[in-house]
Amino acid sequence: MKRAEKLEEFAGGMKAMAPLTVAVMPIGLVFGAVAASKGLSSLEVLLMSALVFAGGSQFVAMDIWKHPASWGALAFSALLVNIRHVLMSASIGTKMPAFSGPAKYAAMLLLADEIWAMAELRAERTRLTPAWYAGLAIPFYCVWVLASLAGSIVGALLGDPNVVGLDFAFPAVFTVLVMGFWKGRETGAVLAASALAAVLAHQLLPGAWYIAAGAAAGVVATLLTGRRREVCA
Amino acid sequence: MTLDQNTFLAIVAMAAATVLTRVAGLVLIRFVAIGPQQKRALEAIPPAVLMAVIAPTALVTGPAETLATVATAIAATRLPLLAAVSIGVFVVAVGRAAVGA
Repeated sequence: MKRAEKLEEFAGGMKAMAPLTVAVMPIGLVFGAVAASKGLSSLEVLLMSALVFAGGSQFVAMDIWKHPASWGALAFSALLVNIRHVLMSASIGTKMPAFSGPAKYAAMLLLADEIWAMAELRAERTRLTPAWYAGLAIPFYCVWVLASLAGSIVGALLGDPNVVGLDFAFPAVFTVLVMGFWKGRETGAVLAASALAAVLAHQLLPGAWYIAAGAAAGVVATLLTGRRREVCA
Repeated sequence: MTLDQNTFLAIVAMAAATVLTRVAGLVLIRFVAIGPQQKRALEAIPPAVLMAVIAPTALVTGPAETLATVATAIAATRLPLLAAVSIGVFVVAVGRAAVGA
């Protein structure tokens, strides 16, 4: 691929991601503010957003944060919240024939939910290239890190994001993306099983088991409906 | 700008756990042969994971969140991403104000 084509692909990814890159700004600000209120310095907030780069697990970590920080409990919680990434990287990994081996692993380091979902949508429609993925991931990453840093500095001035509904931006983004994966009745079975299992696990179990439970239930549902169709045919 | 030793250790441990989950899938598909059954399972993962993430917010948080999720889903069938998300955020804000939560 020529340099100009690469640039065009990079710009394409950046453009596709732009709404989410804007939407992650307030979330990053809120994260930084919450972390500062838990006693983390701006440098520590910056390091956490830059090295962990997984919003869900960072917010959960702030929920259970104590001084001095207990690395074992925090690592286990991050593992649990992010266990869905195993499924996500397995799924997107089969759609990256344009990536070299090392490029694939490098891409996985930035596999946040939003980046992964947009990459999956792209792979459904056309060939996913490293340049397009970089355009998707790198600006989003930079905004997340800088917004959390800014939040840790100006945190107290922000007020409550729930009042204006901004905390709903990401559930809303995910709702739109779910609709993009709709392929008929079979998707309905996957969604229903996932929603039911996630809600049950959310009510009954502590922490973030509900995401793993919902994902597993959705996969089981698709395998069961597939088997039934084979029997009927 | 201070950097507490325990905090730094915790951040590195969280990062290591997260990286592990992100590369594990790639390693997994190198060792598991992808037949039709595995392909079906892999294809179900994106909607299943996304649904699981939003289900508690959409279904058991409150009427404002449920209404806003439905509004976003309907809007998504005919509007671009940013417009649908804006509608969702607007509906949740109005809904919360209406139910006083």
